[in-house]
Amino acid sequence: MTARNPLLTLEHISLSFKGVKAITDMSFSVAEGEICALIGPNGAGKSSLLNVINGVYQPDDGIITYDGEIRTAMRPHHAAERGIARTFQNIALFKGMSVLDNVLTGRNLKVQSSWLEQAFNVGRAPKEALVQRQKAEEIIEFLRIQPWRGSLVGGLPYGLQKRVELARALAAEPKLLLLDEPMAGMNRDEKAEMSRFIVDTQREFGTTIVLIEHDIGVVMALSQHLVVLDYGKKIGDGPPEAVRNNPEVIAAYLGTRH
Amino acid sequence: MLYRESGQFSTSYPADRRIFRLYQERWAFYLLLAAAFLLIPWLGNDYWFSAILIPFLVLSLAALGLNLLTGYAGQLSLGSAAFMAVGAFAAYNSHLRIEGLPFLLSLLLGGVVAGLTGVVFGLPSLRIKGFYILVSTLAAQFFVLWVFTTFAWFSNDSSSGVITAPPLVILGHDFSSPQGRYLFTLTVVVALGFLAKSIVGSELGRNWMAVRDMDKAAEVIGIALPKAKLLAFAISSFYLGIAGSLWAFCYLGTVEPHGFDLSRSFQILFIIIIGGMGSILGNFLGAAFIVLLPILLSHIASGLLADTIDAGQLENCQKIIFGGLIIFFLIKEPDGLAKIYQTCKQRLQVWPLRF
Repeated sequence: MTARNPLLTLEHISLSFKGVKAITDMSFSVAEGEICALIGPNGAGKSSLLNVINGVYQPDDGIITYDGEIRTAMRPHHAAERGIARTFQNIALFKGMSVLDNVLTGRNLKVQSSWLEQAFNVGRAPKEALVQRQKAEEIIEFLRIQPWRGSLVGGLPYGLQKRVELARALAAEPKLLLLDEPMAGMNRDEKAEMSRFIVDTQREFGTTIVLIEHDIGVVMALSQHLVVLDYGKKIGDGPPEAVRNNPEVIAAYLGTRH
Repeated sequence: MLYRESGQFSTSYPADRRIFRLYQERWAFYLLLAAAFLLIPWLGNDYWFSAILIPFLVLSLAALGLNLLTGYAGQLSLGSAAFMAVGAFAAYNSHLRIEGLPFLLSLLLGGVVAGLTGVVFGLPSLRIKGFYILVSTLAAQFFVLWVFTTFAWFSNDSSSGVITAPPLVILGHDFSSPQGRYLFTLTVVVALGFLAKSIVGSELGRNWMAVRDMDKAAEVIGIALPKAKLLAFAISSFYLGIAGSLWAFCYLGTVEPHGFDLSRSFQILFIIIIGGMGSILGNFLGAAFIVLLPILLSHIASGLLADTIDAGQLENCQKIIFGGLIIFFLIKEPDGLAKIYQTCKQRLQVWPLRF
């Protein structure tokens, strides 16, 4: 679709759980700096696909090329090190920690000083603590969650928790950001706000974003690239306008007019 | 009114993250420290030092060790007393077998050996979690005591298995008096308390809490789970090991395995449950509750009712009241005494208004 280099390419990915096929022979690629939306009915394998990309699930078959590195299997830790961050469908924040601590945890891979240096506050630790805090505050400001930075995450309203989760993912300065239903359960205003944050993220940091979303209006407005899944198979791939007119997609997902 | 936060702005990140951000808290803490170091040694008597304050401090430290593991890193453990025993025996043996080793170094060595033992028994936590890891630590509890009772080498071939602790000499000063032992214990506990506060506020502490709250998400954002868990076991056991040495050298004056049985592990677990998981202050509140309250109750009982009620009955009544109080506090505030303290603080900040 565009001349940009693909950041992520999936080739013939298959995944099954004890014989139940979740994903079958899936191939597509995500260009650097684009927003790519995965859509499809429930159980189409969208979340499984994200889990394959960041190493939570190991595919049975197929090759993933990410940022020039070809791999078939990978641990989540390695994915994080290579700059893949994500949010979860059901909020996976650390509920007993403050907003600030959650965001700081997102930066754990950027920390250089050892735990002993930090415990005794010597060596690289004091200076680094300042830098980390500064970076975390930048993200907090970017997502406008300053008033809640000291609050425990568990007590915040749902929409804010979603935003804090995005903040934690962004704190890692990711190259590829995977968002699993970032707007599920939100009202229109909250959706508009979240969409703005996602677009801003792409513009400000140049982050490549793969997101799963059900609100087709939001998806059409946000994304430059659409991949449609049904029963673990890819049934549509391309720019939003082209996908919208694809008869197979209309039948499976958008619904036909009877 | 007294607890006003208004006008106290942090102008730098370190100031924002300091342990006592409000000057009221800071001064209260300085006063408490001054009282503990200056006033109490001057006022207290031998009974207070040996029977009340030292066990209170040592059990606070042990609870602090367990709290790092359970309250912060989310790994359940019933092996606390075993790690205390390892610390005590390792300190005793290093003192005995390495000629001229200063007491402080043997204390430290005891902690390190306990920490390494903790890592060994923490290895199963890489594969199992929750109640199952509890069973693994229970194995530590029984195995360690079995080793110390079976192999006489550890107790220097003493026939009774009970060994007398060496005199407490630090940098040429003799701390063997009750007052000296109290001061020494207090110093160690305060220093390790500050260190713990620093650890839980650092990246390692955040990683622990992340593992506790949601280990899957922690892994996805790049936290190395094995390192975080094993460090939790190591540091927790280090604290417990130091506490064990203090228990043997400063409190009992003897080193014997049966002082570190399963009921001691339970006692430490109760302290952190009542005091508050994931709180440093909670360990001290919980230890005060578990150690000091029964003593207070028995003093009240013998003072007020000694003539009217039979002594045996009186003792049972104390146990009933103590148990009732535990249940009362856990129903009122399941998150422990530290949470009650937090709530009081929040109320005081807006007092005399209600919200």
